[in-house]
Amino acid sequence: MNRRGRSLLALLGLLLLVLPSVADNYVLSLATLFLFFAYTGQAWNILMGFAGQLSLGHALYLGIGAYTSAALFSHFGIGPWAGLWLAIALSSLAGVIIGFLALRFSIAGVYFALLTIAFAEFARIGFDHFTWVGGSGGLFLKVLQREQIDLLNLRGTPTVFYYVILTLAAVAFLACSWLMQGRAGYYWQAIRENEEAAQALGINVFRWKMLAVIISAAMTSLAGVFQAFYYNNLFPEQVFNIARSIEIILGPIIGGIGTLFGPIVGAAVLTLLADSATELVAALGWDLPGLKQLIYGVALFLIIVFLPHGIWPRLARTLKVPQ
Amino acid sequence: MPADFINLANVTISGVLTGLVYGLMALGLSVIFGVARVVNFAHGEMMTIAMYLALILFTSVNVNPFVAVLPVAILFFFIGYFLQLNIIQPFISRPEHAQFILLLAVAIIMTNSTLIAFGPDARSVTLDYLLESVEAGPLLIDRGKLYAALIALGAAVGLFSFFRFSLTGTAIRACADNWLGAKVAGLNVQHLYAITFGLGSACVAVAGCMLVLLVELTPAAGPAYTLLAFVIVIVGGLGSMNGALAGGILIGVAEGLAGLWLAPSAKSMFSFALMIAVLVLRPRGLLGNKL
Repeated sequence: MNRRGRSLLALLGLLLLVLPSVADNYVLSLATLFLFFAYTGQAWNILMGFAGQLSLGHALYLGIGAYTSAALFSHFGIGPWAGLWLAIALSSLAGVIIGFLALRFSIAGVYFALLTIAFAEFARIGFDHFTWVGGSGGLFLKVLQREQIDLLNLRGTPTVFYYVILTLAAVAFLACSWLMQGRAGYYWQAIRENEEAAQALGINVFRWKMLAVIISAAMTSLAGVFQAFYYNNLFPEQVFNIARSIEIILGPIIGGIGTLFGPIVGAAVLTLLADSATELVAALGWDLPGLKQLIYGVALFLIIVFLPHGIWPRLARTLKVPQ
Repeated sequence: MPADFINLANVTISGVLTGLVYGLMALGLSVIFGVARVVNFAHGEMMTIAMYLALILFTSVNVNPFVAVLPVAILFFFIGYFLQLNIIQPFISRPEHAQFILLLAVAIIMTNSTLIAFGPDARSVTLDYLLESVEAGPLLIDRGKLYAALIALGAAVGLFSFFRFSLTGTAIRACADNWLGAKVAGLNVQHLYAITFGLGSACVAVAGCMLVLLVELTPAAGPAYTLLAFVIVIVGGLGSMNGALAGGILIGVAEGLAGLWLAPSAKSMFSFALMIAVLVLRPRGLLGNKL
């Protein structure tokens, strides 16, 4: 990265750091949402952008993370910092199972996407009937005073949550750029571009793809832990829904698949787009259910038609920074 | 005959009949994928629109869905033709995820347009004479389901014959086998792809007009139907026409029986488990050709 890129990145980091002291709660909640999707997008991008596996079922890992930590907390009083390890372990296990089935039986492309959807949907209906964690009625976490900060149990003000997700997103970004520049990143790109050639060069395709699935699943489950403690309620119909998986993948696809900044730019654009659609509908005074999503859908359509490689590659050229 | 057995037989027959309608819906998806290699993620949303058209024609001008099915199917043929030629065609050579996002955007636009136009409430069509059942010995067959299944079967047979016997159908099969070869031979591949997409859309329109007689309708039902169509074509074999119908019947019966033995809300769990098993053990589907 050149000097110009570094200084722009530092500026963005500084802006995000001081945001809570200048922004009101509404802006802060939007920023939290943006960072949440920047983080999950980064996690998904490892699997799709780096290793070339199209997963449409990332809600599964999100849900496993959320339900594991929330169940440990509400049933046994085990806090999220201890619970997240089990969440990571369980979603990695799910990743191993899906990855093993897909790679062992060479399920790729559309078929891989459908396999991941099937697992997520299976989990959604299963959790609907899993009464220990509330079934379809939902699982609720005890809400303390919003002003009281209890970092040990991840309870606190919106600012606390903002900094938690900011840290997660920043660490994920740094980890991904480290992975990209290391051996794993080059192996993954070699596999993505030409699997047979990579194999012929002695790369163990099975092992490296498996690693991508596991890292991606583990990272996504952390977002699930965050989600459980941020929203304090979990419903299978929302957490495991295919709409959730789609929300996760829209950011990186719109921002630019396989790039480090793509998921961040995409998450920012989508958050702003959804919010401005809401505001526009409110300002016009049209109380039509669905209008907001319609605007969103049209915008999505225009982006994919006119910017096939995503926004970031184009933006990078304009800003004169390397991708 | 014991009452249990009769009950089981009734559920099975009802499953077969519903399954035929599901099968026709999946047939549309399968044909589009088999020829143009486009995975239509807006399939269920298209069907929801067809269902609303049938509903509106019935409630406002009192045209019953058995009559409305023809104009709606013709309209959908042209919608599908236009969609493929003008919107999807440029994406044929682009990666799968780009196609996916494009059709997802189309699906979001469709779902929310229907939501704005018709409101969120569940609606249905009831025809008085369909409420009586047909009695065949000790068995009771729902008249609405029977007619719906017959029309779905008729449409499927029509499509099979078109692909088997007509010149255009043969040309489309040539495109599916080898599009470059078809192009070299002078076929207008883009036009043929668009016809295929149109036919797939017409299938989904017929299935929608029939399904409106069997289930309650909400604008949000689209994504669930898309998933259902995918489960069926994967189980039957993506791109296989017989497979789509057989898969539809299998899923229809399985869901009926699962509803009888398990909690009704858990019935689609079985479908997804079946889809995973087929993907792993027999990825070409039960009746699909070798990949």
